[in-house]
Amino acid sequence: MKFLEYLAKIDRRIIYLILVISIIIPLIKPLNLPVGTSHPVKSLFDFIEKQPEGAVILLSVDYDASVYPECHPMARAIARHVLSKNLRLICLTLNPAGTGLALEIITQIPNEYNKKYGEDYVFLGFRPDITATILGLGEDIRKIFPYDYFGNKTDTLKIFKDVKNYDNIALVVSISGSALPVSWIYLARGRYGQDIAAGVTAVMAADYYPYLRTGQFVGLLGGMKGAAEYEKLINKKELATSGMDAISISHILIIIFVIIGNIGYIFVLKRRKK
Amino acid sequence: MLQKQVPMFICFLMGLLLFFQFYIPASWSQNFYNTILRWILGISSFAIVLGVVSLIRHHLRKIRKKEDLPYSITLIFSIFATTLIGFIGGIKSGTLFDKIFNYIQIPLQSSMFAILAFYMASAAYRAFRARNVEATLLLLSAFVVMIGVIGIGDLIHPFVPSFAQWILDVPNLAAKRGIAIGVGLGIIATSIKIILGIERNWLGR
Repeated sequence: MKFLEYLAKIDRRIIYLILVISIIIPLIKPLNLPVGTSHPVKSLFDFIEKQPEGAVILLSVDYDASVYPECHPMARAIARHVLSKNLRLICLTLNPAGTGLALEIITQIPNEYNKKYGEDYVFLGFRPDITATILGLGEDIRKIFPYDYFGNKTDTLKIFKDVKNYDNIALVVSISGSALPVSWIYLARGRYGQDIAAGVTAVMAADYYPYLRTGQFVGLLGGMKGAAEYEKLINKKELATSGMDAISISHILIIIFVIIGNIGYIFVLKRRKK
Repeated sequence: MLQKQVPMFICFLMGLLLFFQFYIPASWSQNFYNTILRWILGISSFAIVLGVVSLIRHHLRKIRKKEDLPYSITLIFSIFATTLIGFIGGIKSGTLFDKIFNYIQIPLQSSMFAILAFYMASAAYRAFRARNVEATLLLLSAFVVMIGVIGIGDLIHPFVPSFAQWILDVPNLAAKRGIAIGVGLGIIATSIKIILGIERNWLGR
């Protein structure tokens, strides 16, 4: 009986310790649990897949390092998909801390596909005001970003010879740990009819389903699971796939803890009634 | 008097002009709109400078008062050191500035966020109790969604991920849509109140 009572009040340090072990073990020795493909992820993949060669995808790295494990694999996977399909990539960020993260993507992934800077891809850097930047991109990208991140005049870059505004962009993908994808919907989709997709942290994904069902988002990646699904679709397993086992085990552990807590709670409740 | 009236008048005028501009497709209207966008970008850049200066002043004040001294010194040192390193060595990939970001900022921020997992596990264990019918329903749907979104859901039965997706697509959507409509109406009401000068909190008083 004492054991059942104990179940309702396990010391939190024991919970922390078990959680640490359950996260570390799958990271050291992967279990290779299956990763399915959900509809929101497949929709985004299919949308990019059906674009003609040379189409332009705008990747907005709207997150900072705090959500790096969830959001960065998404951005990498999408950049990889875009460039492997011979589409053109315009990268920018609306988060000041996102420049370093976008820079990592832009300096690594295009090299895998021998892409040329300024022609196949470009990094525009950061602009401070979200509203003015998103609306301005709908008028003239070169006026909002007269120079790219590296100080080149955007007028001189080959990619902008036939790309002026949203009319020439097939899709905007906003990867974010905040409500920024909604701003893209209100401003770019609402005013210019631009197709938008989003990648967000797992805790935020539920908030974005209304926009997905109405077609305002063409696709949605939710948390590390969404990133792992995308990695599976592009056949390049990376950061997210390796982290999924740890995520799965920790989820199960939390469920077990909740069940244990409830067994203890019910027992204590019954004893009080007696 | 003027400190209050002038910003309110500018807000009223710009609110009305941009509202009507949206419905006027003429080229002069478009030029006006583009000019305003460039102005907003310029003003926003000043806001960043203002924010940094305000942050530095706040922490210098704390250092003078010897309040949370180590934290304030760390912040002031970090701001000036990274700025200086960025100006001298550049901000391109492979520079010291880039290394500071990759090897200090990313691990620190990621670790802060990762700690949440432990709090969530502990809080779920303590607070997630089947106290009544509503709480039990919440508990069960949380279990289904949690199992459904991880790989094990597929192993148990293909129906589990589909059911989890249904919970997200239907009951979750219904609740979120209601909230979104409420928020949308709230935004419209607040915008009208700001344009008409009824809502004045943005003036900072």
